[in-house]
Amino acid sequence: MSGSATLTTAVLTDVFREEAGRVTAALIRRFGNFDLAEESVQDALVAALETWPRDGVPERPTAWLTTVATRRALNKLDRDRRYREKLADASVAPADHPDDDRLRLILTCCHPALSREAQVALTLRAVAGFTTAEIARAFLASEATISQRLVRAKRKVAAAGIPYRIPSEAELGNRLGEVLDVLYLVFNEGHLATKGGATTPRDLSGEAAWLAALLCRLLPNEPEPMGLLALMKLHLARGPSRFDAAGEMVLLADQDRASWDHALISEAIQLIERAAGRARPGPYQLEAAIAACHAEAPSIEGTDWRQIVVLYDMLLALAPSPVVRLNREIAVWRIDGPEAALRGVEALSADLDGYHLFHAARGEMLNQLGRREQARAAQERALDLTQNSAERALLEQRLLSLAT
Amino acid sequence: MMKYVFLFCGTPADQAAFDALTPEELGARYAQVGRWFAEHRERLGHGNQLQGPETGTTVSFQGGGRPIVKDGLFLEGKELVGGYTEVEVADLDEALAMAKSWPGGGTVEIRPVLEQR
Repeated sequence: MSGSATLTTAVLTDVFREEAGRVTAALIRRFGNFDLAEESVQDALVAALETWPRDGVPERPTAWLTTVATRRALNKLDRDRRYREKLADASVAPADHPDDDRLRLILTCCHPALSREAQVALTLRAVAGFTTAEIARAFLASEATISQRLVRAKRKVAAAGIPYRIPSEAELGNRLGEVLDVLYLVFNEGHLATKGGATTPRDLSGEAAWLAALLCRLLPNEPEPMGLLALMKLHLARGPSRFDAAGEMVLLADQDRASWDHALISEAIQLIERAAGRARPGPYQLEAAIAACHAEAPSIEGTDWRQIVVLYDMLLALAPSPVVRLNREIAVWRIDGPEAALRGVEALSADLDGYHLFHAARGEMLNQLGRREQARAAQERALDLTQNSAERALLEQRLLSLAT
Repeated sequence: MMKYVFLFCGTPADQAAFDALTPEELGARYAQVGRWFAEHRERLGHGNQLQGPETGTTVSFQGGGRPIVKDGLFLEGKELVGGYTEVEVADLDEALAMAKSWPGGGTVEIRPVLEQR
């Protein structure tokens, strides 16, 4: 019994993920009301959660969800007389391009006039079919908090006049960047939180990768979504090797490269090449290319660090940031040694004083130069700034090795 | 259609930089701003530039007591509202496109107007 229930949960998740955005988009088209559509689809998903495990998944789940959601929406409209007129002109015409509807939905959920938290919650719920409870669990927040966040976000969409529309060619680049940032945040939330075998009912990294793949399908000529999807695949390919059997974090240098998922790595590299064919480089394509250099290398020593420095320079030209500069210096370290790298790193101290990896990298470089006392101080500062328990364990180990 | 009010805001530093403009620079700035208003005339409603922050007075009802009249502004020392205009466009994206082309610097706050139903 519990076996079949588990199977159904997995099936439900897949169906919801595939259908939620499509059904929501269709309802927005029909009723011209984002809030109403989103609420009604959510009701339909809850109804499915209640009945499908008992009665089985219907033969045509999309039709089932659309029918239930539409009925709920009509009931709500009936209760709310203000919307009666809208009901009169709600057309039932099917969408010419259902995919455009979903793209519109994603772009609306990630509108820059919404806070990042609101963008994340709306996207997971309206596009990926998360329930409020699932979002709350994924972000370790209370259901009441998430529910209020969603209500506020939807109120802002309506009150501020955020359009349900695909932006002009000129605007699309910026708007797409916003969507990709939201998806990468969701991905990292799942990827960094995962330690050892701990899994949540809905794995955020997998959901974010699914959304990135959806975006690639909806915008087949845009190279940046391909870059993001490739980057995610490269992280996922190396995922399990990041932790040992005891759940302790393993550094890149010590990871078992044979255990990386090489099929996933070659999928990512194909995506990077396809994106490069569009000749419009962007931050996610470059990040993916850097990750690919690591993924293809036989060892730390056998890594093409010069290529990595070149890619970081391109990335800095497009999107300068102190964290990217730090990563560039770490590559320089492998080519020119700790002294040259440390000079570059010290120049970042004002910007990165609150960033634990700045102090960790600096500590390692100082240690290699034999400056033990300064190295220890830097590692202690890194430890003070680290919240993640796996990273803390790693830094504590380093401090211990400095003591001997 | 949606109705918004654009509040043209700036920090005291923005205000100081504005006050330091030479007459020629000031003329050029007003010409740019004038072009912006001309370009968007059909979407603009009522609007005004305001006199400097030192001319402002506040009446506050805080604490539920009698109104207290004070010299100065509500948001003391942070952002100052220098002017405002009503804008009528289809949606927030159109309003954002207009605000992004504002030549006056500082910050443009976009507020939807509460429409009476």
